[in-house]
Amino acid sequence: MIELNQFLILSALLFSIGVIGIFLNRKNVIIILMSIEIILLAVNINLVSFSYFLNDLTGQIFSLFVLTVAAAEAAIGLAILVIYNRNAGSIEIEKINTLKG
Amino acid sequence: MSISLITFYLFSAILLLSSLMVISTKNPVHSVLFLILAFLNAAGIFVILHAEFLAMILIIVYVGAVAVLFLFVVMMLDFKTSLEKDNILQYMPIGLLIGLVFIAELVIVLINTRLDLSDIQILSNPLDNFSDQSNTEAIGSILYTNYVLYFQLSGVILLVAMVGSIVLTLRDREGVKRQIVSEQVDRKGKIELVDVKSGEGVDI
Repeated sequence: MIELNQFLILSALLFSIGVIGIFLNRKNVIIILMSIEIILLAVNINLVSFSYFLNDLTGQIFSLFVLTVAAAEAAIGLAILVIYNRNAGSIEIEKINTLKG
Repeated sequence: MSISLITFYLFSAILLLSSLMVISTKNPVHSVLFLILAFLNAAGIFVILHAEFLAMILIIVYVGAVAVLFLFVVMMLDFKTSLEKDNILQYMPIGLLIGLVFIAELVIVLINTRLDLSDIQILSNPLDNFSDQSNTEAIGSILYTNYVLYFQLSGVILLVAMVGSIVLTLRDREGVKRQIVSEQVDRKGKIELVDVKSGEGVDI
């Protein structure tokens, strides 16, 4: 039988891959959005595995809401990306420095 | 080794490898395709966890909508894939350091702890109440009763996202002919009614 810890380790590894993706990527914002999707997927795996091992359905309901918010966030993020590309002509992160921050 | 353990290792290996490929490939189109592969394997893991409804929703919503949206934007933007020499080495050490520290901490903690879930008595929706129902039926029977306000709220979130992305990307372009309804309706004096006799036609 599979234990809870194995699912948690899988989810932790997936989360860390998402975080590394955000740090390493310097080229385009789309990869960062995909890394955020990977992070949310790891969170969902965590919620669903706790739901299974606790015999409680609430985790799956919450995971459903996380999925909804992730879909909305992807749509808004991609829309911002499209208009940014239209205005600035590029979505490379290193060139996004209008704030001089 | 049971069959579920083998499938678990298979799905998680492909999931981790494809998510590594998502963040490491140069071509964004390949990244999106690996993201789709990762979502499919996560759906398999959900099936192992007896969450069939969420697995199917993951395939329908993520693979069918979100990943295709990503693919659409990647293809539409057509940005130059890095022809210049990339100075990835500038951020590689700090990024890898943070990532490895993060992974090490999480995995060490998780390997060394045994979570004992058997004494937890605060369950709000125990699965035993739904033992004669399918997963979809059980989710529906509490989503539309106990969580109906949150369900409606997530609908509002989706509506805001839809309106927001339409407003963000809508624009008026120069030189595009569009329908102007008020001018089209107000055509007095611009049209002429001619009484045509049968079989004769009319000169214009």
